[in-house]
Amino acid sequence: MTTIMAYDEALDRFEPVLGLETHVELGTESKMFCGCKTTFGAPPNTQVCPTCLALPGSLPTANAMAIESTIRIGLALNCSIAEWCRFARKNYFYPDMPKNYQISQYDEPLCFDGYLDIEVDGKPVRIEIERVHLEEDTGKSTHMGGATGRIHGADYSIVDYNRAGIPLVEIVTKPIPGTDRLAPEVAKAYVTELREIMRSLGVSDVRMEEGSLRCDVNVSLMPRGSSEWGTRTETKNVNSLRSVERSVRSEIERQAAVLADGGRIVQETRHFHEDTGTTTSGRSKEEAQDYRYFPEPDLVPIAPDRAWVAELKAALPELPSVKRKRLRAEWGLSELDMEAMHNADAIDLVEATVAAGAPAADARKWWMGELARRANESGSALADLPITPAQIARVTELVASGALNDKLAREVLEGVLAGEGTPDEVVEKRGLQIVNDEGELSAIVDQVIAGNADAADKVRSGKIAAAGALVGGVMKASRGKADAARARELILEKLGVSE
Amino acid sequence: MSLIHKTAAELGALIAGRQVSAVEVAEAHLDRMAEAEPKVHAFLHVDRETTLDQARVVDDRLKAGERLGPLAGVPIAHKDIFATRDMPTTAASKILEGWRPPYDATVTRRLREAGLVILGKTNLDEFAMGSSTENSAYGVTRNPWDLTRVPGGSSGGSSAAVAAYEAPLSTGTDTGGSIRQPAAVTGIVGMKPTYGGSSRYGLIAFASSLDTPGPFARNVLDAALLQEAFSGHDPLDSTSIDAPVPSVVEAAREGDVAGMRIGVVKEFGGEGYQPGVLARFHEVVQLLESLGAKVVEVSCPSFATALPAYYLIAPSECSSNLARFDAMRYGLRVGDDGTRSAEEVMALTRAAGFGPEVKRRIMLGTYALSSGYYDAYYGQAQKVRTVISREFEAAYHQVDVLVSPTTPTTAFPIGERADDPMAMYLADLCTIPSNLAGNAAISVPCGLADEDGLPVGLQIMAPVLGDDRCYRVGAAVEKALESRWGGPLLKEAPAL
Amino acid sequence: MSAITRDEVAHLARLSRLALTDDELDHYATQLGAIIESVAKVAEVAAEDVPPSSHALPLTNVFRADEVRPSLTPEQALSGAPAVEDDRFRVPRILGEEA
Repeated sequence: MTTIMAYDEALDRFEPVLGLETHVELGTESKMFCGCKTTFGAPPNTQVCPTCLALPGSLPTANAMAIESTIRIGLALNCSIAEWCRFARKNYFYPDMPKNYQISQYDEPLCFDGYLDIEVDGKPVRIEIERVHLEEDTGKSTHMGGATGRIHGADYSIVDYNRAGIPLVEIVTKPIPGTDRLAPEVAKAYVTELREIMRSLGVSDVRMEEGSLRCDVNVSLMPRGSSEWGTRTETKNVNSLRSVERSVRSEIERQAAVLADGGRIVQETRHFHEDTGTTTSGRSKEEAQDYRYFPEPDLVPIAPDRAWVAELKAALPELPSVKRKRLRAEWGLSELDMEAMHNADAIDLVEATVAAGAPAADARKWWMGELARRANESGSALADLPITPAQIARVTELVASGALNDKLAREVLEGVLAGEGTPDEVVEKRGLQIVNDEGELSAIVDQVIAGNADAADKVRSGKIAAAGALVGGVMKASRGKADAARARELILEKLGVSE
Repeated sequence: MSLIHKTAAELGALIAGRQVSAVEVAEAHLDRMAEAEPKVHAFLHVDRETTLDQARVVDDRLKAGERLGPLAGVPIAHKDIFATRDMPTTAASKILEGWRPPYDATVTRRLREAGLVILGKTNLDEFAMGSSTENSAYGVTRNPWDLTRVPGGSSGGSSAAVAAYEAPLSTGTDTGGSIRQPAAVTGIVGMKPTYGGSSRYGLIAFASSLDTPGPFARNVLDAALLQEAFSGHDPLDSTSIDAPVPSVVEAAREGDVAGMRIGVVKEFGGEGYQPGVLARFHEVVQLLESLGAKVVEVSCPSFATALPAYYLIAPSECSSNLARFDAMRYGLRVGDDGTRSAEEVMALTRAAGFGPEVKRRIMLGTYALSSGYYDAYYGQAQKVRTVISREFEAAYHQVDVLVSPTTPTTAFPIGERADDPMAMYLADLCTIPSNLAGNAAISVPCGLADEDGLPVGLQIMAPVLGDDRCYRVGAAVEKALESRWGGPLLKEAPAL
Repeated sequence: MSAITRDEVAHLARLSRLALTDDELDHYATQLGAIIESVAKVAEVAAEDVPPSSHALPLTNVFRADEVRPSLTPEQALSGAPAVEDDRFRVPRILGEEA
């Protein structure tokens, strides 16, 4: 049984040092070293060829787009781009790796020495990037027999090589000291920012749940006042942003308990379990692997043309953090509002809605209010709701013109989400136009005043606040289609008072 | 003259002119194989019907008026290291017994497209590791000149098949001399093209930065025709050169050395060289001078270190290249009794499936790449490789081609070096430098050694993409010697 | 004394996934020892300032356009497999990390 120390106590006694290795599967059409498709979820062994199955005699050919994407990632992370570098073979036997070596990069990464600035709790944190290199993914094993799906105790495994050879970019940070109590949040904020950069570059769909973004988290502790870093553990394949945060926290708590007990941290690979929120020991690295890296003789060196690199740099999209600053200023929002939108993945949606003609405040109101609520109810991402920013913009336009009020607008959204068509079609089909006919509205107002003599008297005697009940009555009587503002004017006018 | 004694160029012309059918030519060679194979054992896989089917297709295409290349309908034997869709491909290893590739190597594909008819797959040292073809898991191949001797290696099945008139042409691969050395000891022509001049796609890799497909033939022009037919840029091989192929056929037809500068490599000779080999070599150097070439001696002192550098680089690459033979996706699987782990099954399979020389090289390469040894062994060997390339470059400033004996000795007796790897490795002493530098080099027959009456080869080396120079000089030597001998050297070979 | 010990050979055999018998280990220790002594001659070439050559020729930047090419059919892909289950390669149990 793993003992842990409470987080606050752990942080009173120890300082954490983080390190993150993030793998991003590039969204290229074809694999890294062959022309097979990269579609996720295809039937087993339908996207394989002699090269990615490592049939005797096959050879790799490097995907130009993957090289370009890696360089763009490096540039976005403020890296230097190698003038000349090579692929290297990383040699180790494993059944899901067809060649029993992985084509990767060793001491000559494509991109190196960069940084990424993030903000945590309103404070800027600079994460130094050690390297960004390109490699290939492995196949996928399914373990059969024994305890369900676990490798230990399995009788045998079955392997699908569709994923083998998909381009994988590895982004490695330098050790990150000084995060103190915010270590888990820093880790999460870094991965979140990285994910947004990948999205803005359009190089990957970065879906953690499909494994196209995977994270290994290194944590070590040193006693407060010490300057000597402790032994680190590497927690593998942390598969959600929340898990990044939780795994750091849990590993800090575990290591602190071991150290406080006079124990030693073993340099090892650990695995994070979503269900318990804790890590368990994986393969010990005590028998050190000897990967026998050497330059890949089947591929020639890469020497990116400097002018081309400069072009790629000039053509980088605005980075997400810069864009957030700009939009916050343009939209006149508070930092808190902006952060809430960021956390809800709403910024791009709001931006697109504004671009489609909606005022920023309205766009934000709909996405962060009604739509966020509905996304939450259905357990889907905001962006996956079946409604477009242009449709939201149209709804705001209808409200602004007085054709809809908020209540009707919500009904329109409901109709669009239910697949009833465009906002205009929903308005039409459900008959949601506001009552604009002055005569009809006047008649309703008269009727409501007559039926609410008490309230009417109060208003007449100067208690204007009582008009609210009458407006409510009008809305009810019109089944929400009345223009509330105009109804109020009419009520006051008929009762002979003014504001 | 019977069909099997004709040159490939002659056969191609006869078939194109419909004076003889591709089927008749194939049948003549299949019959010869039936007669010679019990003695020579050059082939691992033969399938008479598949061969005749291919020949019929060529005849039909010609009948339909299609214009095919100069070798259409000519039979060819492929070293069993090139992937062929319709035949097993084993690299002479137990670990690949019965494996049928779902694809063709670029070399085999291009030759099919050019209308060549495949007679079968030839024997080799397992995974091309060896110089005698004794390391095959499927029995030794014998030298047609003397059945107690080796045909060279690793492409010994391909050299023996051509020397025994079983095939007019064959393919081989040359990593440290595996085409030139067998060609030399069987009295035929064998060419290692410039690295990157012929595609490695579909060639089962031994040492990726050295492996080079090349042709065997009984004369220089045939070798050039064959090289031309499979050469050229291949987008499936990233190390393939995207440049025009040198006009080797034209050079082979011209065969004129007047005014050429020829360098004799000083370091290749003396101790360890058979006197009869050196005697023939010196005669041919004089011959070149008499043909109008300017001969000078050139020193390349680091060539002495080429052999140790090679025996670090090639095993290092092979230790990684052969890791894929792991019993998981294809090939042999040993010891899978339901209790053993994948790791144990891999180790048992590889122990059972690889022969001793392959295991030696895998372990040697693993050692040379290990942390702590990398710099002293693999790293240093790569630097030596640079030094050797620079010495070649300097030499080619002075001369157009370099010459040496192809091998220090003639064919050695079967079994003589089988248990002595170091002695075996010496067979490639003169051929290895060209592999390290990626240069072109050819071996052409230059006579018989006095002491054993066995063939001696002349090696002609040229810079990267200087393949045409090899053919030019080779053809000149061939023309002069054949007029002196009154025909090709092979007519001196005893009947089988 | 050989350039390589029996234990080192055993380690190499393990790294190379070769199940060797004790007799084989002894045999290879002797042979590899002799070979390693011989190839150690590469140290005799003064090459401190010489760049290493990993390739035969100095080519650079050979890439393939990001275009899909046909894959094998699953039947072709699995045709050489020692064991197959559910269109996947069936392999013995994997001694590996807990996942």
